[in-house]
Amino acid sequence: MEKTPENASQAAPLKLFGSWASSYTHRVQLALRLKGLEFEYAEEDLGSKSNELLRHNPVYKKVPVLVHGGRALPESVIILQYLDDAWPETRPLLPADAFDRALARFWCHFADDKLGPAVGAVFASMGEDQEAAVRQVHENLALIEAELRDGAFKGRRFFGGDEVGLLDVVLGCGSYWLAVFEEVTGVRLVDADAFPLFHAWLRDFEALDEVRETIPAVDRLLEYARGVRHMLLGLAGAGAAAASAAAAAPAEAPAAPAPAPAADIAVDI
Amino acid sequence: MAEGKNKGLVLLDFWVSPFGQRCRIALAEKGIPYEYSEQELLGTKSDLLLRSNPVHKKIPVLLHDGRPVCESLVILNYLDEVYSGKPLLPSDPYARAGARFWAAYSDKVYELGTRLWKLGGDARAKARAELLQVLANLDGELGDRAFFGGAEFGFVDVAVVPFVPWLPSFERYGEFSVEEAAPRLAAWARRCAGRESVAGSLHPPEKVDEFITMLKKHYGIE
Repeated sequence: MEKTPENASQAAPLKLFGSWASSYTHRVQLALRLKGLEFEYAEEDLGSKSNELLRHNPVYKKVPVLVHGGRALPESVIILQYLDDAWPETRPLLPADAFDRALARFWCHFADDKLGPAVGAVFASMGEDQEAAVRQVHENLALIEAELRDGAFKGRRFFGGDEVGLLDVVLGCGSYWLAVFEEVTGVRLVDADAFPLFHAWLRDFEALDEVRETIPAVDRLLEYARGVRHMLLGLAGAGAAAASAAAAAPAEAPAAPAPAPAADIAVDI
Repeated sequence: MAEGKNKGLVLLDFWVSPFGQRCRIALAEKGIPYEYSEQELLGTKSDLLLRSNPVHKKIPVLLHDGRPVCESLVILNYLDEVYSGKPLLPSDPYARAGARFWAAYSDKVYELGTRLWKLGGDARAKARAELLQVLANLDGELGDRAFFGGAEFGFVDVAVVPFVPWLPSFERYGEFSVEEAAPRLAAWARRCAGRESVAGSLHPPEKVDEFITMLKKHYGIE
């Protein structure tokens, strides 16, 4: 078969730079698996990033970065849309309808700009600050629950419809932290009575084969989360405002000489 | 099914909002007719706005046959997908990803610039340093090309150009010069200024500066 530019680029190798505990990395791994695309994976030590990663993502210096045929793509939501653009005939992640696509993008931004930082704030705080952060998380979950109940996603098993799509991948890879954080902080975040549809969606999402292949074992996540919380609360003793600001502001480096994972874990949802 | 009175495009917007202006410029570039609806933001927000964007209660919102599309870059993507004619995004997947990346990145110009007039001391100094880095990165990305879109005015150009009238204010509060920090970006800004869609949507820097002064009073900022 003659190689059109599209075919040639589809055949080019894929390499994903990521971190095992990063939900942003999981988004890309899951998307690649859903699309049946083979890729090489390179685990990054976020405390000591490789020259290759820094070369591929000079602006943010973060994972995940997907390198396709030598060309680098940073930012998980951008990578996921790229996969649809570059492999349009393979299991689309975005909905077909333009208005639905706009909704999916809107809620992806909500997940990253509102819900993620709110969950991170719960994890990084204690006492009254934490109570305020929990209320924020509940307000955000209530908005999503409302869309599942009466709004844009009414009657759907997944946000993408009968099958998972972009928004499922974005919300789902991160939502597993909710249970982990609940265990570590002792705070209830996703009450099955208060958020029945969200709870049901998450359960169905986590039961999928590709998702089980992608998300690390709960005990590994718990151990990791306990370590980070311990460190964050240690920082909180030294300067609560700085610690929670660092944890809640994903774009900024942590205030103390903490490894970058502290910032990553805080935003993961 | 759209009722007669809801048919067509309505843009809920605020006169000086650079995010609203992204939408106005895109609509003008594509020659798409629409109704502009100025929204009250500092006082009481309209029922229409609150109904259309209940999550954030913010403009811009594009109502298409009554259905709301929120967030400027989401709106830009939507217009490209729904309307034929001049596309803003490139067709090549990798170039598209790059355009989405830099358009989203450019939001930082406004976030950081706003900190310059809202904050003082160390916080302002930090914002200044970060903004200079952002401007340098944008300058580097533009390179020696006429536009971020290459030979043609495109997605990233539309995303960045509304911040241009804010730059003189940011320069003053931050005590820096865009001409010095990002000379190619400064030249690009001059190149875009005469473009019909841009000239027809942006307000002069003096008006923007007046607005900032008014906001400072409104929020009790020194």
